[in-house]
Amino acid sequence: MDVGIVSYGAYIPRFRITPQDIGRVWGSDGDAMSKGLMIYSKSVPAPDEDVVTISVEAARSMMRRCDVSPKDIGALYVGSESHPYAVKPTGTIVAEAIGASPNLTVADLEFACKAGTAGIQMCMGLVGSGMIKYGVAIGADTSQGAPGDPLEFSASAGGGAYLIGSEKVIAKINGTYSYTTDTPDFWRREGEPYPSHGGRFTGEPAYFKHVTSCAKGTMDRMGTKPTDYTHAVFHQPNGKFPTRVAKMLGFSDEQIKLGLLTPYIGNTYSGAVPLGLASVLDHARPGDRIFAVAYGSGAGCDGFDITVTDEIASYRRDAGPTVAQMIERKKMIDYATYAKYRGKIRMKEGGQ
Amino acid sequence: MTTARFWRDNQTRYNLMATRCGNCGKVTFPPRNVCPVCHRKSMGKMKRFQLNGEGEVYSFTVVHEAPSAFEMQKPYVLAMIRMDEGVMLTAQLIDVEAADVKIGMKVKATIRKIGEEGPGGIIHYGYKFTPF
Repeated sequence: MDVGIVSYGAYIPRFRITPQDIGRVWGSDGDAMSKGLMIYSKSVPAPDEDVVTISVEAARSMMRRCDVSPKDIGALYVGSESHPYAVKPTGTIVAEAIGASPNLTVADLEFACKAGTAGIQMCMGLVGSGMIKYGVAIGADTSQGAPGDPLEFSASAGGGAYLIGSEKVIAKINGTYSYTTDTPDFWRREGEPYPSHGGRFTGEPAYFKHVTSCAKGTMDRMGTKPTDYTHAVFHQPNGKFPTRVAKMLGFSDEQIKLGLLTPYIGNTYSGAVPLGLASVLDHARPGDRIFAVAYGSGAGCDGFDITVTDEIASYRRDAGPTVAQMIERKKMIDYATYAKYRGKIRMKEGGQ
Repeated sequence: MTTARFWRDNQTRYNLMATRCGNCGKVTFPPRNVCPVCHRKSMGKMKRFQLNGEGEVYSFTVVHEAPSAFEMQKPYVLAMIRMDEGVMLTAQLIDVEAADVKIGMKVKATIRKIGEEGPGGIIHYGYKFTPF
């Protein structure tokens, strides 16, 4: 049975802030941060947006693009590290809002930035085994960096939703492989508003070791090499890391171009690879082969080998906004507005 | 108490669930058990259905003095929206500058947070509208 992507949807909030604006407030060189991180602006959620609203918008776009009945969805997983509730699933609200309730299983997932792709793997298993007809996997975040922390220059918001099934598959998932270790490069304790990280430790032993190991492991298992792929998407905590890891593995700038969004919208955490893959699918043609590796701190990677099918020719991509359209639809804000929207200003009780 | 009240309206707030009278065809939103035109004749004939989420601005106002729950968003636009199915509803317009809102402007429904019962309470989600 061929299991793969039947439909997809994406969502990126409208507001943007530049590293220069953030640097000006904290006395750091915004230009240098922008150049160092390869980030020109990052997305900021409106005060009435969160992981639920982002997930619903992406999932609705996904459903509009296909003819699948929401009642045929047997599982729905939302991966995020910024679920609005500590206890009360995001997924139940999303399922209700797309009309999939009540005959399905739902769970919220957390694995730093790769919980969305973990959901794709879970749906692949359930569809492949015949337990369900369709599964939905969503990766979305409204991530926060502590004020003044280098993370504040990149932590942003957005998400992607994937309908996994075995009929009318627009992109067949040929195989998936994961690489996981206990590496504490980034974490947030219960009740803490901002995450902590290991500084430079997040690079070599964490991101680069896991992404390269997972990428090589995936290609070994699939019997492929970088030149076999039309496009590649890597987790993108900034613009530099995925660019460097692509080079290390032998992928060209052209191969990662469509899926590299962090320079324009920042690090959307669980939304990063789902959004990058959505951007590739917005342009993909039958026969295109896509390589994707998601990374989550803590740490682990999910690698995917995907082939775009002939079904994409009749797929209604226009029924939902493209990633490029959402990147273009933007309003720049200053740091004061950003601080207000992100709850960094202490308000009187009752203020939202 | 409000938790149950909001929960009962989830389908209306999330998915714009309305009713159509099986006797005279009148569409009502929020849903009703009895048609306001046919009254008794509509009993048992009210059919639930989902509005398509598209409509146009019938009238609007810009709120500068907001209730405390909306302080963060002021000034914001509140609009009367005539849906494609003919019913009128009131909702916040988002992702648009107040100066750019026009009567007759085409809008579509989206989902946003519409309130929360304090930092430890339930979060309420529902429809708001954005320009096409």
